[in-house]
Amino acid sequence: METQLPRIVITGIGLAAPNADNLKTYREKLLNGVSEITEIDLRYFGRAPAGICSFQETKYRKKKENKRGTRAGCLGVYCANEALADAGLDIDHYKRSRIGVYVGLTEHGTVETENEVYNISQYDYNVDYWTHHHNPRTVLNNPAGEITMNLGITGPHYSIGAACAAGNASLIQGVQMMRLGEVDMALAGGISESTGSFGIFASFQAQGALGSAPDPREACRPFDNSRDGIVVSEGACIYVLERLESALARNAAIYAEIIGYGMNSDARDYVLPFHERQAECMELAMERAGITPDDVDIINTHATGTKQGDIEECKAIQQVFGQSDNTYINNTKSIIGHAMGAAGVLELAGNLPAFQDNMVHPSINCRDLDPECKLKNMVFNEPVTLDSVDIILNNSFGMVGINSVIIVKKYQ
Amino acid sequence: MTRDAIKDLILEIIEDIDEDADFDSLQSDKPLRDQLDLDSMDFLDIVMELRKRHKLQIPEEDYPELATLDSCVNYLEPLLADA
Repeated sequence: METQLPRIVITGIGLAAPNADNLKTYREKLLNGVSEITEIDLRYFGRAPAGICSFQETKYRKKKENKRGTRAGCLGVYCANEALADAGLDIDHYKRSRIGVYVGLTEHGTVETENEVYNISQYDYNVDYWTHHHNPRTVLNNPAGEITMNLGITGPHYSIGAACAAGNASLIQGVQMMRLGEVDMALAGGISESTGSFGIFASFQAQGALGSAPDPREACRPFDNSRDGIVVSEGACIYVLERLESALARNAAIYAEIIGYGMNSDARDYVLPFHERQAECMELAMERAGITPDDVDIINTHATGTKQGDIEECKAIQQVFGQSDNTYINNTKSIIGHAMGAAGVLELAGNLPAFQDNMVHPSINCRDLDPECKLKNMVFNEPVTLDSVDIILNNSFGMVGINSVIIVKKYQ
Repeated sequence: MTRDAIKDLILEIIEDIDEDADFDSLQSDKPLRDQLDLDSMDFLDIVMELRKRHKLQIPEEDYPELATLDSCVNYLEPLLADA
C-alpha cells in the first residue's frame, strides 16, 4: 500500500439511479434485484428499454436554472448537494477555493446538439434560430461547472472523458489531486444524460449491441446465453473525498478508503474489449493496494450484457482470480442498466454498504449461464451473506480501449 | 397587435423563461433585468422567442429598446402592427 501518500476516504455519497434517488433505497433495491428499467420513446428512433432517474429536480436549484442548464448539470447538482448532506459537511467547512469538482463523462453535448438540430429543422434549418445556450451547455466541463456555480465552489472543476470508464477515472483523479495537495476536498463522480440522445441508441443498434426483451427489466442480461446488448441508462453519483485525518478530525462517517486503482489502454480496437489488458489493470490496482486476489471479497463486474464484452471480462477475472475461493462476483448493470459515465461510481456505491451488512447484492436476468462466462462464486438472483466484507474491486471499461479499476477497503 | 397584447406577449415569454417570475410589483418604466433577476442570457431568450413567434429580427443595436416593458411596447408596436 502507498502508505507514504495521504490516505483518501469516501465520506459522502449522492446518487440518482434508475431505481433510487438515495443510497439506502438503492441498496435495498439492489439486494432484492429490483429493476425499474422502463421503455422510452426516442425521436427518430422509436421505443427502447432505458433507465430513467426520478428525483427531486428542484430540491437544490430553481426550475429556471434546470431549463437553462443541461440534464447532466441537473443530475450533478442534485447528487453533489446530496453527497455533501450525506457527509454532514457544510460547504464552508473547507475553503471553497480548495475544493475540486471532477466529473466523469462518457460523452457530453450529444443530447443538446441533437435537440438543437431538431429545433432548427422546424425553421428550415435557418441557423438564426440556433440557441445561444448551445456553447455553455455543450462545453465539456458543463456538468462539473454547473455544480460549482450552484455551490459557489471556486476551486478547479473539469470533466474526465474516459468512455464508460469515466466514473472510476474521475474518482482516481480526485484521489490524485487530494494526494498532490491540490485540493482539500473533492466532489468526484460521474454523470450520464445519454438517454436523451437517439444517436447513442441508434449507434448501439447499428453495432448489434442494444439489449432487448419483451419486459424492459429483462433487457440487460449479463452472462446469460441470450444476452443481446446494452441497456442505456441515465444516472449520476458524486462522492465526497477527504483525507483520512481531515475526516477523522470532524468525526465523519467513513464509507471506505480508496486503497488502489489502475488505468490502462488496450491500444488495439475501437469497440472490442481485451481481457489481457483488463487483467493487467486489475493486477496494477492490486499491486498499488498491496493486496492479493484472495483479499478481494467482491468484484463488481463491468459486464454490460454484450456477447464479447462479458466473455472478455470473465476471461480476465478467471486469469487473475481463478485461484481465489474468497472472491464473489456480481453485476449491477443487470439491475440498473448501463449508466455510462456514471456506471463505475454508481455501481461501486451500490456495493459499499456491503462493508456494513456483509452482503453481496445479486446479478439478475441470467437464467442460462454462458459457459464462457462461468466463474467461481457468481452471485445470481439472491444476495449472499459473507462472514465479512473488507475489500471491493470495481471494474469499469470503455470504448476505444480504456480500462479502469478501483479498489476500496472497509475503514476500521 | 395592441399595446396590451404586446405587453402580455413579453410577460408570457418571461414566464416561459422563469415560471417563478413575480410580476405583481413590476414597474413598466423600470428596467426588466433589475426587477426580474434576468441576465444577458435571459435577454437573448426574449429576442429568440420574438424571432420564433413573429419572425422578428431585432438588430443588436436595438437591444436597449427592450430594456423596460414600456420601451418594449413602444419599440415592438410598429413591428407587430400587422400581427
